[in-house]
Amino acid sequence: MIEIAERPGSKIGTEKQNPPVLKAEVRGLSFHYGEMRALKDINMPLHEKQVTALIGPSGCGKSTFLRCFNRMHDLYPGNRYDGEIIFHPDGLNLLGKDVDPIEVRMRISMVFQKPNPFPKSIFENVAYGLRVRGERNRRNVEEKVEQALRAAALWDEVKDRLHQLAFNLSGGQQQRMCIARALATDPEILLFDEPTSALDPIATASIEELIHELKEKVTILIVTHNMQQAARVSDFTAYMYIGELIEFGVTDTLFIKPKMKQTEDYITGRFG
Amino acid sequence: MTAIATGAHVSAVPLVPNAARLTGRRMRIVRERFIETLLMLAALVSVFTTLAIVFILVKESVVFFRQVPLLDFLTDTQWTPLFDDAHFGIMVLLSGTLTSSLVALAIAIPLGTVIAIYLSEFAPFAVREIAKPFLELLGGVPTIVYGYFALLFVTPLLQQLMPELPGFNLLSAGIVMGIMIIPYVASISEDAMRAVPMSMREGSYAMGATRYQTATRVVVPAAFSGLASAYILGISRAVGETMILAVAAGMQPNLTFNPMEPAATITAYIVQVALGDLPHGSIGYQTIFAAGLTLMLFTLVCNIGGHMLRRRFREAY
Amino acid sequence: MTDGIEAKRDLVAIRKLIADHKRWDAIFALIGLACLMIGVFTFLALFIDMAVKGLPRLSYEFFSNFPSRRAEHAGILSAWVGSTLVMLVTALVAVPLGVASGVYLEEYAAKNWVTDVIEINITNLAGVPSIVYGLLALGLFVYQFGLGQSILSAGLTLALLILPVIIVATREAIRAIPQSIREGSYALGATQWQTVRDHILPYSSAGILTGMIIGLARAIGETAPIITIGALTFIAFLPPAPVSVEPPFLSFEWLTSPFTVMPIQMFNWTSRPEAAFQLNAAAAGFVLVIMTLVMNGLAIWLRYRLRKNIKW
Repeated sequence: MIEIAERPGSKIGTEKQNPPVLKAEVRGLSFHYGEMRALKDINMPLHEKQVTALIGPSGCGKSTFLRCFNRMHDLYPGNRYDGEIIFHPDGLNLLGKDVDPIEVRMRISMVFQKPNPFPKSIFENVAYGLRVRGERNRRNVEEKVEQALRAAALWDEVKDRLHQLAFNLSGGQQQRMCIARALATDPEILLFDEPTSALDPIATASIEELIHELKEKVTILIVTHNMQQAARVSDFTAYMYIGELIEFGVTDTLFIKPKMKQTEDYITGRFG
Repeated sequence: MTAIATGAHVSAVPLVPNAARLTGRRMRIVRERFIETLLMLAALVSVFTTLAIVFILVKESVVFFRQVPLLDFLTDTQWTPLFDDAHFGIMVLLSGTLTSSLVALAIAIPLGTVIAIYLSEFAPFAVREIAKPFLELLGGVPTIVYGYFALLFVTPLLQQLMPELPGFNLLSAGIVMGIMIIPYVASISEDAMRAVPMSMREGSYAMGATRYQTATRVVVPAAFSGLASAYILGISRAVGETMILAVAAGMQPNLTFNPMEPAATITAYIVQVALGDLPHGSIGYQTIFAAGLTLMLFTLVCNIGGHMLRRRFREAY
Repeated sequence: MTDGIEAKRDLVAIRKLIADHKRWDAIFALIGLACLMIGVFTFLALFIDMAVKGLPRLSYEFFSNFPSRRAEHAGILSAWVGSTLVMLVTALVAVPLGVASGVYLEEYAAKNWVTDVIEINITNLAGVPSIVYGLLALGLFVYQFGLGQSILSAGLTLALLILPVIIVATREAIRAIPQSIREGSYALGATQWQTVRDHILPYSSAGILTGMIIGLARAIGETAPIITIGALTFIAFLPPAPVSVEPPFLSFEWLTSPFTVMPIQMFNWTSRPEAAFQLNAAAAGFVLVIMTLVMNGLAIWLRYRLRKNIKW
């Protein structure tokens, strides 16, 4: 069994007095790339202001699943969603054909595996989401950019060079800037697609700490190929294998006493 | 510093009620579609251009061929469209085009290929970095300047070697045209050779072959269809060239295959007519479209052939 | 012992073989270099010839005089003004059309037969002889559309001629932008047009600019299509000015005016037997060569800077 290091606030319900509320529900989600079925009949809850991790071996479909939440698959032809992702409190089905993907992306933000700063200044990078929404008031934009950079624990390092190119930041700083960029628009869910796999251990640690702080403000769904990271960072974990959700549960429980043998095999490293 | 610090989710962007959000969304979709349509129309301009070229050439040629039988056009040995006793034998102009093109290609193909092999397989990095831009510059000189050069520098030079060379002749024009086409042939050939994977060369070197042997026995055959497409596109370029021939070869139609004589090519003839004063709708006016149609068909076949070869070659690797 | 002697003989034979082959290497390298030198010498001969004959004729008067029957008084005023105005029309038509086509093909077009048709057309048009464009212009712009033998017709014709150059340059510049940047933009809720406007176009602008310069460099030197339209070779006046100090401040009369361009002026002078006119031709040619050299050189330099600066 894996060692789970002591994490403050790792028990559900000790910080807040309320039981976890549902932010989204995945019901019967299947996904096809052309003829190939990549996801099969997934059912999973997403709890508000909690961190849910998706783990599983390479090719199990965790990134594919993640990208359903913000309709990234719509960018490429030949993809098909079946099933629903119900978004609370509206009860909106994110995958509905009459639901505008752009609207979905305005409420759900994403941080990518490899930092992808725009070739613009740090300020313009973080402000881009606001500009896209038509926010013209300069004071508002400046305020939100500062808020977002503070929330991403980057403000102090960049406040004097906001108008320099984002490319000049280190890898870890770039990724935190991308997080700030995603936060600037007050998303309701924040999606992380293996956010630290391209970073060194020190940068990784700072991002994990950030995630821990951020969950107080926003619901987080994170894909990681690193089990220990999932154990460190998340409140709930979902184990996936070849497009199916094998097991979902409270992280501590899943890692100590998994219900399914497949989960146990993966966690104990019988296969990778 | 307020919104994010608290536990509640507060959005500075006001949550728009569903109705307004729907209209906003419809406007956005309409606008996006509109922009996409505009862009597509721009892209379709190229299709319209081709259709327009075909339309114009065929339209005027049809009128022409109603008056001049196709057989005469193809077999007559005189081209005297403006005389009372008019003859319309395209062969005359074709002979000029063919002869000058042959001279040009006799220079451009060997030199272009050798340069391409040299740059791709032999030349050190510094030489390549200088030679490639230089070749681009060479190919960018306006053709009228090349025409001047052929008439007033190359011809006198050749006349010192061959005193009976007339002032207007296909030879100087062909030579200069050949040098002008070298960059074209060289760059396409070189691209084709660069595309041959290094692993193939390594296989050859590993057997003790020298650079020359690898280049000629492995790389060139492997790049063959790319080279062929370079040659075909070079032919198309030579056939379509106008100013060098108009200036240096004279504009007198002359059925000959001897490069030491003056002659008019299809392209030079069109220029000559355009310089004169031809009433719109006269048979003289239509001859340039018939000539142009012949030219267009030939270069079209060359271009399509060349590009199909290039496509096929790219897929092979 | 025979083995040893034979082995030694073989070694000698092998070494000789290798030396022979290597000699071919050296010979071929020399031949290759020699062929390159032919190109270099031709260019130098051309340039020096023009410079020697033409430089003496270059003077302020040369640039500010109209062509004249007297060679010493002839100048290229109408020619370079005409070239500038025609280039203006060409750029204003070709760049928006070309960039829009490139953006459409790279960002919007689905992989269907319509797109294939468009792409085949563009490659074909790139290989059509320039004189055929002249015939198109004559039949279509001059007569069918009634635009006459004017700067507008010339500009439109050259715009169509260089359109493939602009399109290809735009597409290559756009292709260099990695997909992760696009995804980053979409993930923030941007629409397709917002992504194109805020990211694709700005990041590809340097490559597009390079293509534009190369296209215009080609257009400046084009003679055949302009002659075919019927640009007159002896123009001793200037088209009406596009801007003036009296209202209306903008005028479009210049678009329909008769005109001439630099290459045609050079052609005209080259065709005259008098030696004095040939000096004028050399001078005009020298100006043309310098212009195309500068423009092509600028484009090459831009491309080099681009490769160094953008690190995706």
